[in-house]
Amino acid sequence: MDMMRPMPLPEMKEGPATNDASAAVAISVRDLRAGYGAAPVLKGVNLEIREKTVTAIIGPSGCGKSTLIRCLNRMHEAIPGATCDGEILLGGRNALEIDPVLLRREVGMVFQRPNPFPTMTIAQNVAAGLVLNGVRDRAAIAETVEKSLRRAALWDEVKDKLDAPGVGLSGGQQQRLCIARALAVEPRVLLLDEPCSALDPIATGRIEELLIQIKDQLTVVIVTHNMQQAARVSEYTVFMLMGEMVEYGLTRKMFTQPADKRTEDYITGRFG
Amino acid sequence: MTTAVLDRVRKVPGSRERAGDRLFRLVIAGFAGIILLAAVALAWQLARESAETWRTFGLTFLWTSDWDPVADVFGALPFLYGTAVSSFLALLIAVPLGVGAAVFLTELAPKRLAEVLMFAIELLAAVPSVILGLMGIFLLVPAMRAAGSPYGVGMLTAGLILAFMILPYITTITREVLLTVPRPLKEAMYALGATRWEVVRGVSLPYARPGIVGAVFLSLGRALGETMAVTMVIGNTPQIKASLLEPGYSMAAVIANELAEAASDAHLSALVAIGLTLMAVTIVVNGAARLMLYRLGRAK
Repeated sequence: MDMMRPMPLPEMKEGPATNDASAAVAISVRDLRAGYGAAPVLKGVNLEIREKTVTAIIGPSGCGKSTLIRCLNRMHEAIPGATCDGEILLGGRNALEIDPVLLRREVGMVFQRPNPFPTMTIAQNVAAGLVLNGVRDRAAIAETVEKSLRRAALWDEVKDKLDAPGVGLSGGQQQRLCIARALAVEPRVLLLDEPCSALDPIATGRIEELLIQIKDQLTVVIVTHNMQQAARVSEYTVFMLMGEMVEYGLTRKMFTQPADKRTEDYITGRFG
Repeated sequence: MTTAVLDRVRKVPGSRERAGDRLFRLVIAGFAGIILLAAVALAWQLARESAETWRTFGLTFLWTSDWDPVADVFGALPFLYGTAVSSFLALLIAVPLGVGAAVFLTELAPKRLAEVLMFAIELLAAVPSVILGLMGIFLLVPAMRAAGSPYGVGMLTAGLILAFMILPYITTITREVLLTVPRPLKEAMYALGATRWEVVRGVSLPYARPGIVGAVFLSLGRALGETMAVTMVIGNTPQIKASLLEPGYSMAAVIANELAEAASDAHLSALVAIGLTLMAVTIVVNGAARLMLYRLGRAK
C-alpha cells in the first residue's frame, strides 16, 4: 500500500446520494461503546449512514473499525467476552434489542478472507441463506442464485459449473461468491470487512466495480485500510482513531480538505 | 591443500556419525520389526490352533448355529450374531448421545463447565470394563427387570453397557474435530442469519463428518472386542432370538468363558477359530477407521 505520498484527488462519480441533505438515513449509530471484557475498543461512536450509498470506514490497525462494522450486524457478540452498548437504529428499531438472527437477515456481511462453505457447491453456497429462510421451491432458488451471481459479477465465470465445489474457485472468485451469497437474501445493508485484503489488484478491481454497481439497490459499508480503495468506491468516509470517530463526511471532501488535523496526517501518510 | 584439510575435517566426524546412525537405524528397525513379527506370529498361531475346526467344518463354521461341545459340533453364528447386534445397538445409542454431547461441549457449554465435563468424560474412558460390568449387574440388570425384561440380562443390556463404554471415545473425538471447524465458516453462516442449531447442522457437522465416521469405526472396533463387561450381562446363551431382551452370547464372551474348561481338542480349536475370526473383523474395522482419519488428516 502506498501511503507515503499525499492522496491524489479521488475521482468521484456525481449521483443523487452524494448530496449530504438528500439521502435518507439507513443506520443511525448513537453513543456506541463496545469492547472485549474490560478493554474498551469503541468509546462512544455517533454516526449516520446514508441509504443506498457506499460508506468507507478507514483508520489505522486497532482503531476499532472492524469492531464497529461487526456491531452493525451483531457479529461482535459472537466473540466470547465481547460487550456492546448504545443504540444502532435501523428502520426505526434498535438493532441491539432485536433478535440478532432476524437482524442478520437484513444486514449481510462479507469477511476479510473468502469463506465459502467447503462442503457445498457454488449454487448451494449462494442458496444457503435462502434455505435458512425456508425457501424450498427449486425454480425460485435457481432464479435467485443466477440473479445474485450476476449482481456479484460472477455468473459468466461459473454458469457452467454451478455444481462444482465453491472452494475450487480462485480467491477473487470465492470472495465474489461470498458477496453473491450475502446478496441472495436481499439484505438492506451489506457490510464488508476488508474484503480485498487477501486479493490481488485485478480481483480487487472487480469487487470495487461491483460495489459501485450494487449501491443503487442497497446500503454498503466497507472497512478498508486501503485509502485509494475508499476514495475509489465510497461517497462517504468515516475516519476512526483509537476507538473514536474523528471525522465523517463526503469522501471527496475528506480526501481534499480534511477538517481534522489527524485525518490529514493519516491520509497524507504521516502515520498509520 | 586447503580442500584436503577441509575434506578431513568434514569427513572424519561425518563418517563416524553415519556409522552411528546406521546402527541406531538397525536397532530401532528391529524394535519395530518385533511388533510386526508379534502380530504375524499371533495370526499364525491362531490359524494353526484352529486348523482342526476349519478342516472339519470349513466355512460353514461361520454360518451354522449348533454349539454342542459334548457332541463336538460347533457353529459360531450365535456368537457372530451376538457380537454384531450388541455392538450395533451400542453404536445406535452412543453415536447420537456422543455427537450431541460434543456439540454441547464445543458450541454451548461455558468454557469452565466444558473443561470439567471433558475431564469427567475422559475419566469414564479409564474405568476398567470389569467395573462397568459390575455396575451392569448391580444397577442395569435390576433396572431392566423392573422395566419388564424377563431376565434382566440380554442383548439390550449388553448394548447399553457397550454404549456407555464407547461414549467417551465418540464424544472426545467428535469434540476434537468440531474444535477444528474454522471460525470464519461459522461466522459466515451466522452472518446469513442462521441460528446456533443451523450453524451446527449446516457448517460444523458437515465439516466434521469424516472425523465423526472415523470415531464411530474406532468405537465399533472397541465394542466388537469388548469381553468382560459383555460377558457379565449378555446372558451367555448361544441362541439367536429376535427379541433384544433375550439372552445371547458374543465371540469374546464365549472364549473367555469356555477356553479354560474346554474338554476336547475340537472344542479348543473351535474357540480359537472364533478368536481368529474376531481378530480379522476388528482388524478390518480398525483399518477402515484409520484410513478414514488418515484421509481426513491429509485433506487439511
